[in-house]
Amino acid sequence: MREQALLQIRNLKQYFPISSGFFSTQYLKAVDDISFDIKEGETLGLVGESGCGKTTAGRTILQLYKPTAGEVIYRGTPVRTRQEIAAFRQKATMVFQDPYSSLDPRMTVADIIGEPLDVQNSTENKIARRERILELMDRVGLNSEHAARYAHEFSGGQRQRVGIARALATKPDFIVCDEPVSALDVSIQAQIVNMFEELQEQMKLTYLFIAHDLLVVRHISDRIAVMYLGRLVELAEANEICDRPLHPYTKALMSAVPVPDPKEARKNKRIALNGEIPSPLHAPKGCPFHTRCPYAAAACKESMPQLEEIETGRFVACHRVREIH
Amino acid sequence: MSLLEVSDLHTSFFTDEGEVKAVNGVSFTLEKNKVLGIVGESGSGKSVTAYSILQILAGTGKIVSGSIKYNGQELVGAKESVMNGIRGNKISIIFQDPMTSLNPTYTIGRQLMEAILLHTDRNRQQAFDRAVEMLKLVNVNEPEKRMKQYPYEFSGGMRQRVMIAMALACEPDILIADEPTTALDVTIQAGILELMKDIQKKEGMAIIMITHDLGVVAQLCDEVIVMYAGGICERGTADDIFYHPCHEYTKGLMRSIPTAKTGGQRLQPITGTPIDLLNMPKGCPFAPRCDAAMKVCIQRPAPKKQLSDSHAAACWMNEKNTIKKAVEE
Repeated sequence: MREQALLQIRNLKQYFPISSGFFSTQYLKAVDDISFDIKEGETLGLVGESGCGKTTAGRTILQLYKPTAGEVIYRGTPVRTRQEIAAFRQKATMVFQDPYSSLDPRMTVADIIGEPLDVQNSTENKIARRERILELMDRVGLNSEHAARYAHEFSGGQRQRVGIARALATKPDFIVCDEPVSALDVSIQAQIVNMFEELQEQMKLTYLFIAHDLLVVRHISDRIAVMYLGRLVELAEANEICDRPLHPYTKALMSAVPVPDPKEARKNKRIALNGEIPSPLHAPKGCPFHTRCPYAAAACKESMPQLEEIETGRFVACHRVREIH
Repeated sequence: MSLLEVSDLHTSFFTDEGEVKAVNGVSFTLEKNKVLGIVGESGSGKSVTAYSILQILAGTGKIVSGSIKYNGQELVGAKESVMNGIRGNKISIIFQDPMTSLNPTYTIGRQLMEAILLHTDRNRQQAFDRAVEMLKLVNVNEPEKRMKQYPYEFSGGMRQRVMIAMALACEPDILIADEPTTALDVTIQAGILELMKDIQKKEGMAIIMITHDLGVVAQLCDEVIVMYAGGICERGTADDIFYHPCHEYTKGLMRSIPTAKTGGQRLQPITGTPIDLLNMPKGCPFAPRCDAAMKVCIQRPAPKKQLSDSHAAACWMNEKNTIKKAVEE
């Protein structure tokens, strides 16, 4: 029997209206019909280039944007009504990319971490609230003396710890981590990555880990999903997708990762892509990748390939995947 | 004589809270045809070192002491007219953010031609031809048409190509690239790095590549300088630094990066927080975060030790190892 997925994302779409004239409205298809499952306790990495819709996907899953179409099913129940969304948001939280702008400069650390508790009315009295805040600070390796300080007094790594403590406040079981280590130095990045892994083990958390640094994503993820122009192009187990990518876009993406090893780098096996990522406002007809794909055939310009499971646990959206690998 | 010789450079920013010693005794040389990488975390002084060379420091910054010699000519204390002849002509720089380093109100062509007209005897037509030639060199399609366009009509990767074209238009001897690909996606980054490597080979210039990304260093650099808290901890060839690091900080950096093999294991981070430049320790600046720190590390800064012709490091551990070896013998 298949294990129950914590979250099932079904045909999720997020279109943003862009006014382009008096009578016509154009839509930017930031996320266009994506479906996948997130298993309980796993880390699912979500990668892609800027503008591919990975952040929008994360936010739409959390219902921070109202989806244009499709649904998010949490533990078997669709999240639809306002009450369901409010309950879902206790269990699903977010850590943001920029630890400088995602913390209110006028609030103390204790209030930043305590705010979700106040919103959800989850502590009985002030003493319980304070205890819970200190417990959270301890979990993320912050000193209790720091509670009365303001965010600007901290370094980037410590601010990100505050952001994580805030995300943990409502005892969630699912966290969307949107580029949580991108703004940090390498030496600090490793501390935070380790902390994510430790918290996951201790608290049985499930992560959707959005990042563009493929080495970090590979390290932390159990499975990785690749997005291109709002669509999911490949989804597979982390080592599989990195060592044996099947979709032509994933192949190019993996080959472009600068490996921190001079001997490997000298081998130079990069697959160059023609041109640049098209604007999502003018996404090409057919397969969104066909304009840059070295394997594009006539069929790719005509019809959109669907994501299909071509091996167990391996999903690819490409017409020619069976011929090219 | 080296192309560029920096010795004992001290650059400080004089703020309300006191003197911030951003660069604290940096010495290195750069030879022709070489790509030198400078790596370090934010606040390590890598960009300030580059800005000191070109003397484009922000208001409160000042070179306190030291010497910077370009082809034997002293640049510290040189007149502004001398520096104008050097900047953009002999030594060029590409900045991190291609979005903000181009003027949005001028066409790409006008901005490209500006440097050429300023530094060479070419007339407008010749400058135009040169600009088109440069755009071709950096693989911009339809260069004649692109010359008439404005920066907003270019993507991030294309803007960075324009910046490279601009920096190279006067055939500089040295190109300083300050995090040139940090704002770009990996597939675009790979293209830009390849382009820089090709042009460097073709034109035979030297590049100083400033970055925090060890992957970029591995792709491009012949030699590497590792900086921490305004000083150089280690210098060597790329192979020295990646395969035989001899400073505890470099070792820590190498251990902390995730690779294909670290999945399922914990990373080994460097503990502690980055250094506060207003409160520098007396001894080795890395000592408070160093797992191997000894008494001497806290008391006195480590001397630079030459480990081979190409490799030098300033770490007390190397002295300890020498003594240990001597005792064993």
